[in-house]
Amino acid sequence: MKINLRIWRQRNTQDQGRLVEYTLDGVSGDMSFLEMLDLLNENLTAQGEDPVAFDSDCREGICGQCGVVINGVPHGGMGVAQPVRTTTCQLHMRSFADGSTITIEPWKSGAFPILRDLIVDRTALDRVIQAGGYISVNTGAAPDAHAVQVNKKRSDRSFDAATCIGCGACVAACPNGSSMLFTSAKITHLAMLPQGQPERMRRVKAMAAQNDAEGFGGCTNIGECASVCPKGIPLESISQLNRDLIASLFKHDGKED
Amino acid sequence: MTATVSSNNNAALADQYWTTGDEIHDTKANHDLPIDKIWTDRQFTSRLVNPANRRKMTVIIVGTGLAGGAAAATLGEAGYRVENFCYQDSPRRAHSIAAQGGINAAKNYKNDGDSVYRLFYDTVKGGDYRSRETNVYRLAAVSANIIDQCVAQGVPFAREYGGLLDNRSFGGVQVQRTFYARGQTGQQLLIGAYQALERQVHAGTVHMHTRHEMVELIVADGRARGIVTRDMVTGKIEEWFGDAVVLATGGYGNVFFLSTNAMGCNVTASWRAHRKGAYFGNPCYTQIHPTCIPVHGENQSKLTLMSESLRNDGRIWVPKRAEDCEKDPRDIPEEDRDYYLERIYPSFGNLVPRDIASRQAKYRCDEGRGVGPKVREIDSDGTEHMRARGVYLDFSEAIQRMGKDAVEKKYGNLFDMYQRITDENPYEVPMRIYPAVHYTMGGLWVDYDLQSTIPGLFVCGEANFSDHGANRLGASALMQGLADGYWVLPNTITDYLADAPKFGPVDEKHPAAVEARQGVESRINKLLTINGTRTVDSIHKELGHIMWEYCGMERNEAGLIKAIGLIRNLRNEFWTNVKVTGVNEELNQTLERAGRLADFLELGELMCIDALHRRESCGGHFRAESQTEEGEALRHDDQFQYVAAWEWTGEGHKPTLHKEPLVYKSIQVKQRSYK
Ligand SMILES: Cc1cc2nc3c(=O)[nH]c(=O)nc-3n(C[C@H](O)[C@H](O)[C@H](O)COP(=O)(O)OP(=O)(O)OC[C@H]3O[C@@H](n4cnc5c(N)ncnc54)[C@H](O)[C@@H]3O)c2cc1C
Ligand code: SF4
Ligand code: FES
Repeated sequence: MKINLRIWRQRNTQDQGRLVEYTLDGVSGDMSFLEMLDLLNENLTAQGEDPVAFDSDCREGICGQCGVVINGVPHGGMGVAQPVRTTTCQLHMRSFADGSTITIEPWKSGAFPILRDLIVDRTALDRVIQAGGYISVNTGAAPDAHAVQVNKKRSDRSFDAATCIGCGACVAACPNGSSMLFTSAKITHLAMLPQGQPERMRRVKAMAAQNDAEGFGGCTNIGECASVCPKGIPLESISQLNRDLIASLFKHDGKED
Repeated sequence: MTATVSSNNNAALADQYWTTGDEIHDTKANHDLPIDKIWTDRQFTSRLVNPANRRKMTVIIVGTGLAGGAAAATLGEAGYRVENFCYQDSPRRAHSIAAQGGINAAKNYKNDGDSVYRLFYDTVKGGDYRSRETNVYRLAAVSANIIDQCVAQGVPFAREYGGLLDNRSFGGVQVQRTFYARGQTGQQLLIGAYQALERQVHAGTVHMHTRHEMVELIVADGRARGIVTRDMVTGKIEEWFGDAVVLATGGYGNVFFLSTNAMGCNVTASWRAHRKGAYFGNPCYTQIHPTCIPVHGENQSKLTLMSESLRNDGRIWVPKRAEDCEKDPRDIPEEDRDYYLERIYPSFGNLVPRDIASRQAKYRCDEGRGVGPKVREIDSDGTEHMRARGVYLDFSEAIQRMGKDAVEKKYGNLFDMYQRITDENPYEVPMRIYPAVHYTMGGLWVDYDLQSTIPGLFVCGEANFSDHGANRLGASALMQGLADGYWVLPNTITDYLADAPKFGPVDEKHPAAVEARQGVESRINKLLTINGTRTVDSIHKELGHIMWEYCGMERNEAGLIKAIGLIRNLRNEFWTNVKVTGVNEELNQTLERAGRLADFLELGELMCIDALHRRESCGGHFRAESQTEEGEALRHDDQFQYVAAWEWTGEGHKPTLHKEPLVYKSIQVKQRSYK
């Protein structure tokens, strides 16, 4: 296939950035989207031009490192011929028609500065986790794993939320640049488990506050986040977060409870 | 039986490719004690560091996977100052995230006769008696703690309706001891370790440096005292100093270019340490995984693993007749199918260990009974062939037996992944699978304390060589990563750190630091000024072809000698004709890849030399000259029951082989048989 590309090129955070056009021949349907970019980069390098910088590592849809906006849709899947829930690395060129034009841009959000071309800085998401997205247990302090039984339904719900890969597509899709879906996934994962209860209220307050501190926008229930989420984290998680957040205004961890 | 090794021949080869040095031994485990007492003894005899002194000590940890992340979190909790590095944008993305199938632990929750001893036994046997008995026993002993720890952190392992944890079995064993979290066990375990790590970042004990690549080790006054990194966003070269350095940098399977590893996996940290004096153990031990999605074309960047757990219910077959290979598999009647694993190994069937399943798949395709699209292959005699490289992994019987819903529940996400990549529906047409490079059992040599031959340099997880021998059983790498990170290293490193107050100061003016930094700068300069015509990836692909063809699933002497010559030429081509665009002082991915490839080009040669010297078949390493009359792998315990620990002796010089004899006191060495 022959593909026309319009790709965001930006040398560094200070640089202005612009869309640059390329045409690429010899693309096969079995190639992944990133393999198509690899091919473009081989050609660019051979011509002595700087290749397009983009992030990826596992190329299996699990590490969360890849992610670009394809024809206006984060990870592209929902905007292609046969819509699929996907990460960029798991999108295949068979989803595009021969001769099509594809526009590729980086995640756009105030909290994710562009580092180069299609690569952005998502460390804000790590800082949201640092604020409280964990269970405080030191190594060696754990009881036998069978000491506590966990209701299977809640355990499955916890699991569904735990599958968030931290890619940031939800933020990129949201007109407000909100990171609520990401944060709510973590809140739900830990809130469904008995081990997560002691810190539940403190956690939700601290994580929500960190979201604001990072400059992520507020959630106004638009729902774009859930539609592009490669792991199908449901909007419901955000309701869970909101319920816990409200409860945390009345309840406190520790003695007062 | 087959001819034994001609030692003359090896002596002649040795003259040309390596020299033999003194034996090497592990001096940290007390071998006079019964095996189940050695670890507690070591914990007791290790000196401790008092809590007030810990915050004055800095430990540098490179890697944030299961091994590095767990170690950094645990040492942070203990009160040390930890500087932690990774090349991804977040520690949560380390390659461990990709592990699918599960993690073993001797919990005996299924009451099916499991025990620490049995896990130990299975692991040593599965590794073909080429791992160190003391280390493996310890691994089995701490395995149960790992599960407790992860559950307490909130890792959502699969549960039964009664609320208790579920288990399944994995290739090569007959008990159900594998804990799993759907097909995403690695992700869930890593998120657990990552969260523990972020908690310490918040507490100020761990300082996280993402997008920082370690490009050199600093060895000052005989001790590992620091590293040099390149900031991958700004290109800044920086030195970091500490009292000890821990490498938890994962495996080097990407030397083959195509593998199931993440794109960034590399050998640089280990290789730089090797060049500074750390011995490299068993470099040629590569695990080839039997259930990967076959190669589809020349522009492929990586191979995708389908979890081994699929072999619990899927049946593997090829058509009996080559003529049937292009037919729709559903039109091939039962009697025309060859369920070759069930036929040859009736007691293990589709659950034979990985090396056997891989090799048998290769043989079927070599015979011309492979299925799926044909790919171009260049044989060692230079002739080109189109061959189908795939065998069926068929769930039709499982779907009949358990129902589609049950199959979907158990394997749904894997089936979706397969469909997305191949555009075929595995509920209707059998999956196609083929072996691919997956895991490297070799790595830096370490003693029982996980310390390398450089004092103060510790190595954890896949980056060390110690626990898996010549073949790794499923679900045991995750176990090793977490065992090393949460339990072993934090207990052994204290013995070394107890002396830290006596180490002299080092800073960037120390001659060793100056030399390390200058080395890095001139290397980067060189890469950027060659300005040749070959892209980094084209050279990497060529290296990968050489490695797969001559040092892959099956090797022989002539092929390995040929490969060494080819690699030397290719390395020369790289250093005179590679094209690296851009400058150092910016985000430059070509430069990153070029630096990694330069190290792979040196490692590749050592892997071939190691494979050449080991004239026996064992584990994932099949040496054509050493097989039984039935074509099974033939070990030579009398000659090769040792770890090959290689010493770097300088560029263009022959490496030196140090043998660590493997002594089995608690286990009887047997020929492996799965028939
Ligand atoms: C697809 C797949 C499935 C698997 N499934 C299973 C399974 O089911 N069960 C099982 O037991 N095992 C499985 N494995 C194997 C297992 O995942 C790995 O062996 C294990 O996770 C390795 O962990 P690690 O901590 O040693 O290294 P990694 O997780 O690879 O971490 C390496 C770390 O080092 C960092 N790093 C590397 N080089 C540098 C450098 N130069 N500078 C700075 N940082 C650096 C990286 O950023 C990363 O943080 C699987 C592997 C793959 C590929
Ligand atoms: S919630 Fe979904 S889109 Fe957002 S970071 Fe997690 S996986 Fe990505
Ligand atoms: S590269 Fe890992 S999710 Fe895409």
